[in-house]
Amino acid sequence: MLDPSVLNELKAIVGPDNVESSAMDRLAYSYDATPNLQAMPDAVVSPRSTEEVSKVLALCNRRRIPVVPRGSGTNLCGGTTPLSGGIVLLFRHMNRILEIDEQNLTATVQAGVITLDLIREVERRGLFYPPDPSSMKISTIGGNLNENSGGLRGLKYGVTRDYVLGLEIVLPSGDIIRTGGKLAKDVAGYDLTRLFVGSEGTLGVITQAILKLIPMPESKKTMLALYGSLEDAAASVSAIIAARIIPATLEFLDRPTLEVVEQFAQIGLPTDAQAVLLIEQDGPPEVVDRDLARMAEICRGHRALSVRVARDENEADGLRAARRSALSALARLAPTTILEDATVPRSQIAPMVRAIREIADKYGVRICTFGHAGDGNLHPTCVTDARDPDELHRVEQAFEEIFERAIELGGTITGEHGVGVVKAPYLEMKLGAAGIEAMKAVKQAFDPNGIMNPGKVFAKSSRKRVVVES
Amino acid sequence: MTALDKAKIQAEFKARMDEDELLNCMRCGFCLPSCPTYVQSGNREAYSPRGRIALMKAVADGRIEPDEDIERTLNECLGCRACEPVCPSGVRYGHLLEEARDIINRNKKYSLPARAVRSLVFKHLFPHPKRMRRMTALLGVYQRTGLARLVRKTKLLNLLPQPLAAMERALPQAPTLREMSRPHAPVRARGTARATVGFFSGCLMDTMFRETNIATMKLLEKAGCNIVVPGTQNCCGALHGHAGEKSGAVELAKRNIEAFESADVDYIVTNAGGCGAYLADYGHLLRDDPAWAGRAASFSAKIKDISAILFELGFHESGLRLPPQVVTYQDSCHLRNVQRTSEQPRKLLRAIEGVDYREMEQADRCCGSAGIYNLVHADLSMKFLDDKMARVRETQATTIVTANPGCLLQMKLGVEREGLSGRVRVVHIADFLLEAMDNRQDASGSGGV
Ligand SMILES: Cc1cc2nc3c(=O)[nH]c(=O)nc-3n(C[C@H](O)[C@H](O)[C@H](O)COP(=O)(O)OP(=O)(O)OC[C@H]3O[C@@H](n4cnc5c(N)ncnc54)[C@H](O)[C@@H]3O)c2cc1C
Ligand code: SF4
Ligand code: SF4
Repeated sequence: MLDPSVLNELKAIVGPDNVESSAMDRLAYSYDATPNLQAMPDAVVSPRSTEEVSKVLALCNRRRIPVVPRGSGTNLCGGTTPLSGGIVLLFRHMNRILEIDEQNLTATVQAGVITLDLIREVERRGLFYPPDPSSMKISTIGGNLNENSGGLRGLKYGVTRDYVLGLEIVLPSGDIIRTGGKLAKDVAGYDLTRLFVGSEGTLGVITQAILKLIPMPESKKTMLALYGSLEDAAASVSAIIAARIIPATLEFLDRPTLEVVEQFAQIGLPTDAQAVLLIEQDGPPEVVDRDLARMAEICRGHRALSVRVARDENEADGLRAARRSALSALARLAPTTILEDATVPRSQIAPMVRAIREIADKYGVRICTFGHAGDGNLHPTCVTDARDPDELHRVEQAFEEIFERAIELGGTITGEHGVGVVKAPYLEMKLGAAGIEAMKAVKQAFDPNGIMNPGKVFAKSSRKRVVVES
Repeated sequence: MTALDKAKIQAEFKARMDEDELLNCMRCGFCLPSCPTYVQSGNREAYSPRGRIALMKAVADGRIEPDEDIERTLNECLGCRACEPVCPSGVRYGHLLEEARDIINRNKKYSLPARAVRSLVFKHLFPHPKRMRRMTALLGVYQRTGLARLVRKTKLLNLLPQPLAAMERALPQAPTLREMSRPHAPVRARGTARATVGFFSGCLMDTMFRETNIATMKLLEKAGCNIVVPGTQNCCGALHGHAGEKSGAVELAKRNIEAFESADVDYIVTNAGGCGAYLADYGHLLRDDPAWAGRAASFSAKIKDISAILFELGFHESGLRLPPQVVTYQDSCHLRNVQRTSEQPRKLLRAIEGVDYREMEQADRCCGSAGIYNLVHADLSMKFLDDKMARVRETQATTIVTANPGCLLQMKLGVEREGLSGRVRVVHIADFLLEAMDNRQDASGSGGV
């Protein structure tokens, strides 16, 4: 519990209405989108400005109170679960788009801006902000930056990291620093901007960001290819890239996912297909048409059972619906849905998907796989029931083996969801002991008292658990 | 003041809340931006669907006590169910909310006046059609005798909370007791019947909004329906269900099922979004009662809103016409989110010649009426209404069409508050369509579709 004097000080900084410590409010911030993970904070604080954030951090640093920055709590790695109590820091009042600079093609935003609000605003001006996590309707830019989120356009356009030009950051000491700026070129000193992207709230608090915008592509087309074998689908992915075509979107659904999607949405997908690729290209119409024709040819050359190009936006939407309803369809199958995030080089997609299937069979659990084939980012998704401890244990074992396999294939334990608590035990598999030490040294330099989001990224032990309850 | 019996509430949450449904929520947060109370609270999680589900689960799990804060957030929920269509997991939030409210309500000691009002409304008024008629007739007397004018002049109404006082002006002219007591005669479709429907006449709809009911039947008749209106039907029970009076709702449900079973119809048509949604949910309400579950489910399967059936029967192709006007449509939350009927009313309106239909931003957002929400949470309700009226203004509509009596009154209240009466009119879609139909007849001089 927080000392009453601390509560009063917090209230003096942000105003009494912006400090909540009732049981109800603490419970409402005890979880995020991570299954089966929950822990109570001591208070919830909603600052209104960078200066207030600075004062709050200085106070917490002095009193050694853990600080958990939180956007919308949609992360899937336990990133905002207050495992050690302390305060949850909300950006609900800091959600303004401060500037859209059409000369320099930048947007300056506060951390709490909802991703979709930004995307809508820039698109209204014919500009384009490509990072589009599936959660964009609700995720915040602060959350996107700290998880380095990606989306369906990642293959061609990159992830959040690739669109950050500068940051305003409050360090645990309360010091406010600014990194980067509206510059295309800037090599002065260490690249702190990049360091803070993906730092999962463990180094400091991001209060503002300057983001890069690009011109809106002129047109876009969508195509769906069905395959009788995983290899053929995977080979098509490699062949498309080898043919020097970078599609805007190259998404993948495996057969178990297909079956579930078809049951749910009834859009006429042949459930005897082993895999589906959803392919999109954008750009000048001539280029789009040419690329689409060539990709269709490549798919057919790799024994696609059928290749269908959407004639208009309506039909394109229908095809995209297949990919988009994957999560809904899976979520309705069982009470607990564990959406994971393993990434391999794209040449290894077929072996990885096959490995996931074998591992699921071995442990007797149900895992469907879909994801961003173009960048090798797969989402093996397990439908289970958190009330069955025996099954849950097998789920954990299966995921551990999946991550091991991903690393063996030259991949990583997360492509876009972050490490947080749930992946912390596996981080060493990826980085090695020296890698972990180097990262800890960075953490120590910025946050010597360890108040920033404690328990995240670095595992206390190599406790191997996907889901914990505390 | 009210007091909660926390221990008992906790035990009942554990025993009665549907654990599967609670677990179904994967906490993705997709429902947050659609929730009016979340937005209104300045994005506080405890006032969001995800937050409320987490709180219900925490109470059921014994993780926290069901205190007054929790009671407040559950009460402040509009029950608009805008969180349901956007949920990837298909969580049926409305069911969780109704169960939770019922548990709290049963273990709550209301103050004497509050208990008296609840008992009057839920036990002694709504379930009794006769009393509803008499009550409405009294209102009519008040409105007609000049008493109303006198009351207004003496500023007596200033004693009432502001929204109530304005509501008094927004109420329609009540029919007389004689008008209300006339039973609806069964109707045989002219020519070959295309469907046989039962009409659910409702309680408020059949008293205060009697004219709309008559209009609805005329539309059905034109569209080629045989219509039966069972005299033994009753209030749908939605008001009870939403306010945590489940046992009252169950009684009403059984009476309605019996009434329509004997009528043997293809569809049961409603013209009130809220009632329709509740009727369509009888299957759930009675699911644990072996003697009733099946009967309730087949009753629910027959429920259809007037817009849906008219559209199905091609009513929009019958040359509807009205004098030129700008029209916008305010969804009934339950019609849209529970009955999933939102396209049909719009298509009907767009089909009327002379109508310049303009969609308002966030037409799908609750207007703040929400059963008796506008009475018990007057301040909040007025905030939702003010937002709504700002959206209406943007469309420059002179006609606001609605599909539920609560929304109709609330929007009228909004028009009053904005000082737009005289310039903007609020009308139920059935009345509006009837005007368009009659106008067509005048124009063409011929009857029949
Ligand atoms: C259904 C679903 C689909 C998803 N799809 C995708 C997807 O396609 N791609 C993808 O990459 N992710 C996806 N995610 C994961 C998640 O939505 C993203 O990680 C998102 O960026 C989190 O945003 P948020 O605002 O909810 O952040 P939160 O979950 O609140 O926070 C995420 C992390 O950022 C930190 N943080 C937040 N704000 C700040 C700040 N201002 N300063 C410092 N630290 C901060 C937090 O401490 C935490 O560690 C999905 C999640 C769900 C539930
Ligand atoms: S959208 Fe559904 S699953 Fe997601 S948080 Fe809301 S209720 Fe839960
Ligand atoms: S019913 Fe309406 S007010 Fe209540 S939680 Fe759902 S969206 Fe929010």
